[in-house]
Amino acid sequence: MKKIKSIAMIIIVLSILIVATGCGDSKPKLNVYNWGDYIDMDVLDQFEDEYGIEVVYDTFATNEDLYVKLKQGGSSYDVIFPSDYMIERMIREDLLVKINKDNITNFQKVGQSFLNLEYDPQNEYAVPYMWGTVGIIYNKTKVSQPLDSWADLWDPQYEGQIVMYNSQRDSLAVALLKLGYSINTRNIDELEQAKDELITQKPLVKAYMGDEVKGAVVSGEADVAVVYSGDAVTMIAENPDLEYVVPVEGTNLWFDSMVIPKSTQNQEGAEKFIDFMTRPDIAAKNAEYIGYSSPIPEAVELLDEEVKNDPTAYPSAEVLEKTEVFKDPMDIIKEYDRIWTEVTSQQ
Amino acid sequence: MKFKRYSIPYSLWLLVFIVIPLVLVVYYAFTTGDSQDFSTFQFNMENFKRFFTHIYTSVLLRSVNLALVSTVLCLLLGYPIAFIISKEKEKTRNILILFFVIPMWMNFLLRTYAWLALLGKNGIINIIITKLGFQPLDLLYNDSAVLLGMVYNFLPFMVLPIYSVLVKLDPKLVEAAEDLGANRIITFLKVIFPLSLPGVITGISMVFIPAVSTFVISSLLGGNKSNLIGNLIEQQFRYTGDWHFGSAMSIILMIFILLTMIFSYKFDKEKEGDGGGLW
Repeated sequence: MKKIKSIAMIIIVLSILIVATGCGDSKPKLNVYNWGDYIDMDVLDQFEDEYGIEVVYDTFATNEDLYVKLKQGGSSYDVIFPSDYMIERMIREDLLVKINKDNITNFQKVGQSFLNLEYDPQNEYAVPYMWGTVGIIYNKTKVSQPLDSWADLWDPQYEGQIVMYNSQRDSLAVALLKLGYSINTRNIDELEQAKDELITQKPLVKAYMGDEVKGAVVSGEADVAVVYSGDAVTMIAENPDLEYVVPVEGTNLWFDSMVIPKSTQNQEGAEKFIDFMTRPDIAAKNAEYIGYSSPIPEAVELLDEEVKNDPTAYPSAEVLEKTEVFKDPMDIIKEYDRIWTEVTSQQ
Repeated sequence: MKFKRYSIPYSLWLLVFIVIPLVLVVYYAFTTGDSQDFSTFQFNMENFKRFFTHIYTSVLLRSVNLALVSTVLCLLLGYPIAFIISKEKEKTRNILILFFVIPMWMNFLLRTYAWLALLGKNGIINIIITKLGFQPLDLLYNDSAVLLGMVYNFLPFMVLPIYSVLVKLDPKLVEAAEDLGANRIITFLKVIFPLSLPGVITGISMVFIPAVSTFVISSLLGGNKSNLIGNLIEQQFRYTGDWHFGSAMSIILMIFILLTMIFSYKFDKEKEGDGGGLW
C-alpha cells in the first residue's frame, strides 16, 4: 500500500511539473519556422522586447522538408519561410491563410519587382523576405581557368572537388540548365536525361550537402560548389580567394517569402512579426548578417556601399534576364521524388 | 490474479507504443495513396514491387554488406580488448571499462562530427601526413569513412557484453583445462571461447542492428553520396512524404533483422551458455 502511495505521489508531482513548465508564463507565443542560418538572432530578441511576444524559433533544411512537416500536422507554426514554387503549391493545397495587408504597414516598402509574382499574383499570401540566384562558387587559386558554365561541373579535372546541393529541385535544375532545358520542364524524357546527367556526374562529386557546404568550401575541403547567391556573399567575405559566378546558361531566380499556415494559433502575432521583419532597419540587419539580398530598397540603401554594389548579391539586369523562377511541379512531383531517390541510391 | 492486475499498465504501454505503431507500419506498407488521407488508401503490393527492383535491392545489399563488415571488425577488435581487460585486477578492470564507456556519455552526433575535423582534407590527420612529406589522402566522404564511423560508434556494444561474460567465467574451468594438459591456445579455443559465445552473440546483434539501419553516419561521413537503407527510409518520411514506401522498406529491414536474431538465438540455444550480459 505504501508503495502505491509513493508511486501515486511521484506521478502527481511529475504531472504538476509538466503542467507548470508547459504553461508557466502567460506571454503569448509565436512559432516561427525558418531556413537554417537565415536570420540575425538579435532581431528575434528585439521583436520580443518590442511586442512582448515570445518567439519559438525552429529551422528546416529544404522546402520539401518544410512541406512534409507542415502537411503531416502535429506542429503548429505561425510564420514559415517557403520559396516561390512551394508557396504556389501550398496555396493550391489550401494550406495558407490570406494575410491582412492592413496589418502589414511596411508592405508598401517592398520593391515593385518583388510584387505580383506568378506564385502569388495578388500578393494575398506572401510577403517577400529574401531573394537571390543560384550559381557556382569556386576557389580562384585552385582552378586553371575561370568557370562560367554549368557544364564545368562535369569537367573531370575537378573530380572529388565538387559539392552539389542535397536537394532534389536544386540539383535537378543544374542538370536541366546544362542540357539547355527549362528548369520547370514537365517532359519526363527531359527529366530522365537530367537524371542520367546527375548519375554521370556522381563519380566527380565529393558530397551532397546542405548548409555545411559553406564551411566545406571556405576551409578548402572542396573547391567548386553550387550555392545560393546569399551564401556566396558570406563565403567570399570569409575567404577572398572564392569567386561566385552565374553560369552563361542562365539560372534559377528565387524568392523566399513569409507566409502564415492555416494551422496558426496566433495570426495577429504572425502579422506583427511579418510587419516587423519587413521594416527597413530590421530587413537591413538581417540582410547584413546573413548576406542574402533584401527585396526592400530602403533596407538595401542602409547597407554598406560595398555590399550594395556587389554583383553577387545584387546582379545586373543582364544576368537577371536569363533566369527562371521555379514553378510548382504539381503531379510530376512524384517523378522528381523518384528521380532524386534513384540518383542518390546510385553507387 | 495479483500479477495480472499489475501487468495492466505494461500491457497498455505495449499496446499503445509497440503494437499499434507496428500495425500501422504494416498497414501503410501494404497500401498506397496520399499518406495523410486514409480514405485514399488502396491495398496492393506496389511498394514491395517497387522495392524489389535493382536500384533498391542493391542499396539493401550494400547496407547489409557494410553492417556485416563493421560487425566483423568490431568483433575482431572487441574480443581481444574484452579479453585483455577481463584479465586485469578488479580495480584496473573497472577503470578500463569506464574509459570505454565515458565517450558514450557524449552525444553520438557530436562524436561523429568530430571525425569530420579529423578526416577532412585540411583535417588533423592530413596535416600530420603532409608535415611528414606525403601527399594528403582523401579520407572523408567514402565507404571507408562510413565504416570507420560505424566501428568507432558501435565498438563498445561489442566489448561490453563479451567482457561481462568473460568476467563471470569460472576460473576453475580454466584451471581444470590446464591441469588436464591443455596449453593456453587449446584452453582458449576449447573452454574460454565457447563459454563466451553468449556474449559474442549479444555483441553481434547489438552492433549489426544499429549498423544496418544507420542513416546519420552515412549521411555525415559518406556525404550523402551513396544511400544506405536507413537513408532511403529517412528520405521517404522527411522529404518526399511517401510513408507507404518508407513503411514497406522498414518492414523489409525488420524482417532482415529478425532473421539474424533468430539465427543467433538458435546458435545460442545450442551452446547453452548463461545469459549474455546486457540483454
